[in-house]
Amino acid sequence: MGTFVPGTSAEQDQMLREAGYKNFDSLFADVPEEVRMKDLPEIPSGKSEMETYEDLRGIASRNKVYRTILRGAGAYDHYIPSIVDRIASKETLVTAYTPYQAEMSQGVLQQIFEYQSMICALTGMDVSNASVYDGATAAAEGVMMCLERKRNKILVSGCIDPRIISVIRTYAHGRGAEIEIIPEREGRTDLEQLGTLADSETAAVLLAQPNYFGIIEEAEEAGYIIHAAGAKFVLYCEPISLGLLKTPAALGADIAVGEGQPLGIPLSFGGPFLGYMASKAALMRKLPGRIVGETTDSSGRRAFALTLQAREQHIRREKASSNICSNEALCTLRAAVYMSAVGPQGLREVAVQCSSKAHYLAKKLAEAGLNLAYEKPFFCEFVTEGEKSGEILEALSNNGILGGLSLENGRILWCATEKCIAAELDRAAEIVKEVLR
Amino acid sequence: MKLLNEESVKGRSLSLIGKCDVEEYIPYSRFLRDEVPELPQVSEVTLSRHFSALERRSHGVNNGFYPLGSCTMKYNPAVDEEIAAFEGFTGAHPLQDDSEVQGSLQVIKDLEDRLSAITGMDAFTLQPAAGAHGEFTGLLMIKAYLESIGETERNKIIVPDSAHGTNPASAAMAGFNIVNVPSGPDGCVDLEALRQAVGSDVAGLMLTNPNTVGLFDKNILEITRIIHEAGGLCYYDGANLNAVMGIVRPGDMGFDVMHLNLHKTFAAPHGGGGPGSGPVGCKEFLAEFLPGSHVEEKDGALVRVRPAKSIGDMRSFDGNFLVAVKALSYIWMLGAEGVKEASQNAVLNANYMRVKLSDIYTPAYDTTCMHEFVLNLQKLKAETGCSALDAAKGLIDYGIHPPTMYFPLIVHEALMIEPTETETKETLDEAINALREIYDKAYNDPEYLKEAPHSTVIGRPDEVAAARHPIVHW
Repeated sequence: MGTFVPGTSAEQDQMLREAGYKNFDSLFADVPEEVRMKDLPEIPSGKSEMETYEDLRGIASRNKVYRTILRGAGAYDHYIPSIVDRIASKETLVTAYTPYQAEMSQGVLQQIFEYQSMICALTGMDVSNASVYDGATAAAEGVMMCLERKRNKILVSGCIDPRIISVIRTYAHGRGAEIEIIPEREGRTDLEQLGTLADSETAAVLLAQPNYFGIIEEAEEAGYIIHAAGAKFVLYCEPISLGLLKTPAALGADIAVGEGQPLGIPLSFGGPFLGYMASKAALMRKLPGRIVGETTDSSGRRAFALTLQAREQHIRREKASSNICSNEALCTLRAAVYMSAVGPQGLREVAVQCSSKAHYLAKKLAEAGLNLAYEKPFFCEFVTEGEKSGEILEALSNNGILGGLSLENGRILWCATEKCIAAELDRAAEIVKEVLR
Repeated sequence: MKLLNEESVKGRSLSLIGKCDVEEYIPYSRFLRDEVPELPQVSEVTLSRHFSALERRSHGVNNGFYPLGSCTMKYNPAVDEEIAAFEGFTGAHPLQDDSEVQGSLQVIKDLEDRLSAITGMDAFTLQPAAGAHGEFTGLLMIKAYLESIGETERNKIIVPDSAHGTNPASAAMAGFNIVNVPSGPDGCVDLEALRQAVGSDVAGLMLTNPNTVGLFDKNILEITRIIHEAGGLCYYDGANLNAVMGIVRPGDMGFDVMHLNLHKTFAAPHGGGGPGSGPVGCKEFLAEFLPGSHVEEKDGALVRVRPAKSIGDMRSFDGNFLVAVKALSYIWMLGAEGVKEASQNAVLNANYMRVKLSDIYTPAYDTTCMHEFVLNLQKLKAETGCSALDAAKGLIDYGIHPPTMYFPLIVHEALMIEPTETETKETLDEAINALREIYDKAYNDPEYLKEAPHSTVIGRPDEVAAARHPIVHW
């Protein structure tokens, strides 16, 4: 059996004796006899490290890993600079916990402060928290923090990832908030319908930029409509696109949220990921989660500490802005290293290449016989329509390419990132052409 | 120390991706930002040294003792990190067809089965990303269950006054009203107060056992019976499960639904605050309400199936998968006997420290504790002016991370010490000696202690100024 208990049985006996106990059982005298266990059924004996390593390597190899991935839909295959893995493996940063004790946690605190600063730079917002669980929970927390006594309705664009909408519905059911979906029109949020739906009971309106179909929304115009109704504008932004596209702040959003996974976090079958949340200064004290602030110590030295804790569960209990305690701190480290490694021009270049390669793929797939579902400007994802979507995806898979995500009615949601080389995009289009021939 | 933007020099960069090999396509200019984001411009060597310096200014389990009560800061096995980094795990897209991710589904299924065996629950979901997220999940399941049987008037959740802050916060998020019940003088649930609190409006009870003062509530079967007889459900906060694995199961104590913290009990690292993982387990009658998908075997293959009356989704995809991988590896290595040995030694270590300190410090409850114990420093404060905070800060100068301070709220001047099972006797003895020296210091040189720590890169930060005039970015 494997063990991480260092004490020898002689040491354990000595400690039991010195603490005044006859044996281990006497430590558990308060556990009612009728429910005390004799052994643990259904759990096999322990394995050695070597066996565990080999057996789990065998299990990992049962997953199919693709070299070329043309699927996004919430999880994106970007190049991760080697320095990200190196730094995110630093043992102290991996094994520390929430930096409650500032004096011995300045490193973790400064790292989170730097992450917050970069999220502010990316989004144009005034304050960022130290992360929530993922993009969907960031979206849910983002709209829930806008609820007011007389504003209990949340409008969610129908052009948002259905998985995010599902999470928002689950969260909203708890608080009893009302959710309405703004219909889609030709791949974009229908702003006329938004104008009708947004009213004095609307707390927040959530749009995505680019949206689930990859299309760039007329978000600025949406912002005017939302604010005219007195509601808060929450914008879900893909972070790589912000190397190129207008910031949520410039588009008039009050709160920016999103999935930070594209910033140096591997696909990992969906987690751990990183929910980022940032807002205008006026909403700072409503943000959920940890926030690190800069201050000084008693000798005037620069110091960092968890701040604005009066929002949080360990102080406010049932009146807290959220119940969140553990977050995704180590993923903020990955994101911070990623953003510093690529830098401002590098982030723009990644965004330009994603856009360029997606448009190249769209052109090639159209030549191969698929139709673009929408004639709207898009970023790095787009939707096609056509026959044989199942066969297309299967043929791609057989050739080592993970094709787009199958949507309803033969539609496929495609994605290209900077990692997709032209030759592979050509090969994918050839395979599609072959299927449609 | 400089911030990364202060090390930035315009024009510095890394060479990461090649030239674009297709025609450049940039969206219409009206969609574009005016300027590139102000991110640092640094070389790779600067990055490497900057974060090495940040690492040196931090404290992890690898650096030294970390007896942070309620957080189970046990040693994180090295091999778990290697296993979670296998390309088959990190490279899998969450929206691949089930047939292509049999490895991931096998990890999920196997972990769900083993967690069920350890806890006595019938079904699990790995979707919740942390303990508090799991609490919220379990409460939404209770709510959905009550709605399904038409008992929507049940809107109260009972929470002991000693509970973790997340308990009432989660109950509020799930739309319940919170009823706080006082603890008895023994630190356990006051049965009379509980009987008074229950009625036809009670949805359930949230409890951790061992409780937050580190005691196993020996009335646990009576407590869950009182709730069940009133028509409520029992939620088990699994934060303290490290004390009782292989000893007693929440499912056998009368709990209906619970969460676990894989980053505490099952040795996944805490990452400076996360990622964690908060799987939720439940009894059969609640399984159809579980969120996300459940892994089942069908025609010789594993498939993801959405439970019939699922409450929906708690986050995208299937949870913090890589954390689940680490937990499974840990459970495989320990096996049935190792799991029990871990809990036995966690409890032994806590009692050893408690007994070796109780002649000078006052244990909040002077009786056998489970995996952690709480000291009450009121006497020390009254006699020396040195508070629990001062004693905690004093420990930093010994290279020991302070215990949890001022929690639970029912103990004044509280220090909550959780040594975990992975510490050597020498480490425990050093910590005991450190705490005894600190006690002496409080009487001999209180001013020194009030200014502790003396060995760190900063002294005590001005937290009042930080909150009054928040500086939250560079």
